[in-house]
Amino acid sequence: MTLPSWKFTAKEIVKKPELFTSGHRACAGCGPAIALRQIMKATRGPTIVTNATGCMEVVSTIYPYTAWKVPWIHTAFENVAANASGIEAALKAMKRKEMYKGTIDVIAFAGDGGTFDIGIQALSGAAERGHDFLYVLYDNEAYMNTGIQRSGGTPHGASTTTSPAGKVIPGKTQFKKPIADIMVAHEIPYVATASIAYWQDVLMKARKGLEVEGPAFLHVFAPCPRGWRYDTSKTVEIARLAVETCVFPLWEAVNGNYSLSPQSKIAALKPDRKKPVIDYLKMQRRFRHLFNPSFEHERIVIQERIDKRWGKLLKKCDMA
Amino acid sequence: MTTVQQQETLALNGDEAVALAAKQSDVDVVAAYPITPQTIIVERFSEYVADGEVETEFVCTESEHSALTACLAASATGVRTFTATASAGLALMHEILYVTSGCRAPVVMAITNRALSAPINIHCDHSDSMAERDSSWIQLYVENSQEAYDTIIQAFRIAEHTKVLLPIMVCLDAFFLSHTLENVKTLPDKKVKDFVGTRQIPLVMGHEGKKVPFKLDPKNPITIGPLALQDYYFEHKRQQEEAMRNASGIISEINDLYSQLSGRKYGNGLTDPYFLEDADIATICVGSTAGTTKYVVDNLRSRGIKAGLLRLRTLRPLPTSDIVSALASTKAVAVMDRSHSFGGYGGPLFHEIRHVLYDTQPHPHVVNYIYGLGGRDMPQNDIQDIYIDLQKIQQNNAVENYVNFVRVRE
Amino acid sequence: MSERKKGWKEIPVGGVCWKPATEYSTGDWRTFKPVHDSEKCTKCLLCPIICPDASINWNTATQDIEFNYNFCKGCGICANECPANAIEMVREGEA
Ligand code: SF4
Ligand code: SF4
Repeated sequence: MTLPSWKFTAKEIVKKPELFTSGHRACAGCGPAIALRQIMKATRGPTIVTNATGCMEVVSTIYPYTAWKVPWIHTAFENVAANASGIEAALKAMKRKEMYKGTIDVIAFAGDGGTFDIGIQALSGAAERGHDFLYVLYDNEAYMNTGIQRSGGTPHGASTTTSPAGKVIPGKTQFKKPIADIMVAHEIPYVATASIAYWQDVLMKARKGLEVEGPAFLHVFAPCPRGWRYDTSKTVEIARLAVETCVFPLWEAVNGNYSLSPQSKIAALKPDRKKPVIDYLKMQRRFRHLFNPSFEHERIVIQERIDKRWGKLLKKCDMA
Repeated sequence: MTTVQQQETLALNGDEAVALAAKQSDVDVVAAYPITPQTIIVERFSEYVADGEVETEFVCTESEHSALTACLAASATGVRTFTATASAGLALMHEILYVTSGCRAPVVMAITNRALSAPINIHCDHSDSMAERDSSWIQLYVENSQEAYDTIIQAFRIAEHTKVLLPIMVCLDAFFLSHTLENVKTLPDKKVKDFVGTRQIPLVMGHEGKKVPFKLDPKNPITIGPLALQDYYFEHKRQQEEAMRNASGIISEINDLYSQLSGRKYGNGLTDPYFLEDADIATICVGSTAGTTKYVVDNLRSRGIKAGLLRLRTLRPLPTSDIVSALASTKAVAVMDRSHSFGGYGGPLFHEIRHVLYDTQPHPHVVNYIYGLGGRDMPQNDIQDIYIDLQKIQQNNAVENYVNFVRVRE
Repeated sequence: MSERKKGWKEIPVGGVCWKPATEYSTGDWRTFKPVHDSEKCTKCLLCPIICPDASINWNTATQDIEFNYNFCKGCGICANECPANAIEMVREGEA
């Protein structure tokens, strides 16, 4: 099954009102803020948003201010999918009582901590129950709000404040949890990965997620200048490089059928265009220690793991 | 004068009575997770859903944490919500209890009071809800299944009252009530639905410079659950305290209104005094122990002993002036705690009651009996022994042991 | 001058926010300022979409890009990404 593709033109998007507005207090150059702005531009009508505790919750609603032009609720860290479940159930009950007409969409935003780690139970439960909502994971690969601690979404080798690069340990020793694949295994109708470097792809996938009946999961790669230690101007560049190096390939799975998205197809069809991971690593000071001779091996391990995952993905997409 | 409604008597256990009351109260969303001894509530409710007897959205969540979260979020969306839990389930909800009251979501929750682990134990004590006294939830404790039925119906009106907007726990004793069949007088569906009414949503000043309904409504967007720091957090909490204070009057008012419909009244809704006008000695308790105690008091009274009982129906908000006036004639009182505050000076009810009586002159001797942990029985004889202790305290005008553990082996 | 803070009787119930974030300026966070060269700009409309702070607007009347310095935090993403090199980051006070 294929879903219709929505074409979003820049002309139309810049005219669309900001539902996530200026005046939020995210750091300069914040990748997740870009993700939220882009996704809110993909809405198709009345929408209720719920946020897990995390960077985007904190920066957007510092009392008495709010950056949201849609109804918005935050309750706790680990339960955003349960918020969405409750909102969706309430909407169904209200619809039955004819308290409103038409469709109201529900979007849940959570970071990597709120998704890979503490929020996975509520997410898994909501997916199994089949609530109709779009779950957006804005992945900046660590607990940034609390000061850059490692999460299940932190990549191998990254130095964080709880997986610091030391004399003998080269940053995080574990690999990133394949969260989007885990969501595909839930047999939900729509799962996709996206990178803020490709806004049209982000918007299109968000819209698809809203259009499908049932749970949709969108994993958005959203670099963090503070946590990843790079210059604020490089956020989008790094988000692009992650795709070009296949560190974060773009794909979607409609009813469990994987297909590569155009930006990642390039690397599949022309393997020489696939950039080495080192290009990506060297731009970020969270990986700086990997360039010490003593940790050279780690760079090889990382490249191998990325290639292995890429190979597996190509198989799933029938492109091996 | 309104005439009391004709009612049908059904043999129901406490859980079934709760489920029936929730069904008749036209709940929009029920989100719950099974846990003994609450499970019958959600089982019955899911049968109502399966048989098309209710229009409720029933969300069978993967945890109590998510169950309460879903109720909170649904409530914030503007609908009526209900859930039920006990023991470990309530403990798992702990975090969200505070968020629910802080977001001022009038969720109604039945608690079948059960002991907390470890060791794991499925039977009755009050450790679970007593641990949540500070969560800004209204807490009502019922004596029997009839009261469980009646109180659930009242709870929706209390919680959703625009002067209150706080969640409520209706607490009933595990097994003693939850699993014990009793004759319960039930009102017709329509009468309950009319009594509870539709949920009223107050207006609130939003960020677009106008007053809008306090709910998640795309037509009038508001932001619920922000980050409030040193500059505003405290004001929000003070507002909650005011809502609690308002709740006292509303609980009494709804207790009265309900009695006009059903003919049943539970004291003034807050306290339920029994032979206290001239009592010298009295016990104070919550829950089903009051039933046995009334029987003991009757016996003592027939022997000319001026014994009484104060059953606390509402623990939060604590009816301080009612407690003081109800115990005005007493010389010695025993506070009965079915839970304990380890390392503290007695159990939680003891703390509350003794504290309230501190400023009264002269105040009675106030002693504490910790009893029935993990569902251990509290038979008449043991209750009677406590009254005998109180007589001694009265006669000697002295207390030997302030904190006593009932029927625990050495 | 600090504004008088509201008391508990005045604030809305349930922690509901009562000010839009657009009343909170983040422009003074900036050390570098994006300066736009309208001549070089091809009006591709990339920058208004990728700015994390929604600080670049498309003015339909003038058919041109406009920066909102009230909110722009000076991250430099727009300058880094502009395919026409039409945006330059200049130290505040130097432009
Ligand atoms: S410098 Fe950053 S915040 Fe300022 S306009 Fe450019 S992208 Fe937006
Ligand atoms: S990105 Fe550059 S060329 Fe495109 S609209 Fe912005 S300034 Fe103009």
